[in-house]
Amino acid sequence: MSRSELYQEEFHPSPLQHTWLEFKENHIAVGGLCCFIFILTIVLFCNILAPFDPLLQKTDAILIPPAWEPNGSIVNVFGTDALGRDLLSRVMYGCQMTFGISIILVLVAMLVGVSVGAVAGMSRGVRSSVVNHTLDSMMAIPTLLIAIIIIAILGTGLVNSMWAITLALTPQFIHQTRDFVRQERKKEYVRAAKLDGAPPTQIFIRSILPNMGEVLVVQGTLALSIAILDISALGFLNLGAQAPTAELGAMLSEGIEVAYMAPWSIALPGAAIFLMMLSINLVGDGLRSALRNRLLH
Amino acid sequence: MTDLIHVEDLRFVNKKDSFNFFNKTKQFELGPINIDLKAGETLAIIGANGSGKSLLAKLLVGLEKPDSGQIYLHGEALTKSNQRQRCLNIRMIFQNSNESLNPGITLGSILDEPLRLNTTMSMLERAAKIEQTLVKVGLMPEHQFFYRHMLSDGQRQRVALARALILNPQVLVADEPFAALDPSVRSQIVNLLMNIQRELGLGFIFISHNLGIVRHISDKIIVMRHGKVIEAGRTEVIFNWPKEEYTKKLVHAHQALINRQNT
Repeated sequence: MSRSELYQEEFHPSPLQHTWLEFKENHIAVGGLCCFIFILTIVLFCNILAPFDPLLQKTDAILIPPAWEPNGSIVNVFGTDALGRDLLSRVMYGCQMTFGISIILVLVAMLVGVSVGAVAGMSRGVRSSVVNHTLDSMMAIPTLLIAIIIIAILGTGLVNSMWAITLALTPQFIHQTRDFVRQERKKEYVRAAKLDGAPPTQIFIRSILPNMGEVLVVQGTLALSIAILDISALGFLNLGAQAPTAELGAMLSEGIEVAYMAPWSIALPGAAIFLMMLSINLVGDGLRSALRNRLLH
Repeated sequence: MTDLIHVEDLRFVNKKDSFNFFNKTKQFELGPINIDLKAGETLAIIGANGSGKSLLAKLLVGLEKPDSGQIYLHGEALTKSNQRQRCLNIRMIFQNSNESLNPGITLGSILDEPLRLNTTMSMLERAAKIEQTLVKVGLMPEHQFFYRHMLSDGQRQRVALARALILNPQVLVADEPFAALDPSVRSQIVNLLMNIQRELGLGFIFISHNLGIVRHISDKIIVMRHGKVIEAGRTEVIFNWPKEEYTKKLVHAHQALINRQNT
């Protein structure tokens, strides 16, 4: 009998593999993940995948219905809008705009928020509580409102709305990180790390951060949904992305004018936003329980 | 021969609630405390809950700063400037080994941390040292890939011990290391500690409520009450001729329990 058969489990999965093993058990979350990967592929490769230029106007093909309608054509699978632009290409580029930008915004907000929150959590006294209470009061205001206020100061435009949303999302990450660090700092494993002679940065990175996955996933999912909704909302209100740009919110507001004649021109961008939100929340929920279960069994 | 660890007039006043008007708790004063311990000796600290035993342990390892007094290691005063020496030579085992292990990282990384921070070993040397220490405390080398939640209480206690031993310390401070264990595991751990102490010549300071264990393994005892040391001396002396009323009560209670078990 060879040695490898002595123990049934000689396989020691890494934390990432552990999480995946737990994640796999949740079938709905795996469905959400497939959906998420599908959207991500579109976002990354829409230059290759999109059949037409999203800004190309064909005056002879205005308001063509989608391919599944009796008088639709297979050339424009999702039909065309009031200016004769191919809706499929526009939805794809819109996904890239809305989803891609949201992911970048959330990553930036997370990076800044976690670093500031860590400093606030690891320090004591006046500095820490000033950071905390100033930001707490900001959290009472909805992010969309903060974003609109910031845009009112900076002026409309996609870049300004990106700044606004990042600034509005960061306090939540700061708050969550600070709370978590405060709470963990009292625990004995942090004291044990302190006794090993670890400086505060080491304590945060090596001891506290590995336990923060769950918090970050919950907050990150929430922030990503908020970012997508806010970018589309600002686009819809004509405060964010401006008219010719393919952005899902802006497309909705353009489609409103012809909603009775061409319902698909608002139904399809809306469905895209819905699909994004659904997959993000399914993946986030599955990931959160996977991270929790990883440390239970 | 000089003492391994010598504590002189250690005092600590808990002044946390000084500005709280509504909750005027009485200030807790610890000390003065004097301890002498030679290499290879065991000192037990006993006393009621809230008598400052755990606080004393924290002062010894440096988690809290004393208000006055000095701790000498090999006749050398421990100050902020030789913090590293303290990390290396005085190690602590916490009361609750479950809480003192980080749930999010493997036992290997938990054991790696003190080595990485306090020694100049390369990664391979550290890995070898971790395996060696795990085997020494009666675990398997494979346990370094495990997480806290996969172990039983006794195994966790062993990991906590491994963590304390990995830097080859000279003094081990343990805050109720046997409290949460069942009798068979407890005796295993006690024997393990005694073996290791004999092997390495450690000075061992521990806090316990279990007078049976105290009598079994300690050379010296200090009895604490309300933050003061009320009696100190060699184990046989304290158990056979206790002077203070409080110590008498403790010893009698212990004896009564043994007699009842024997009859």
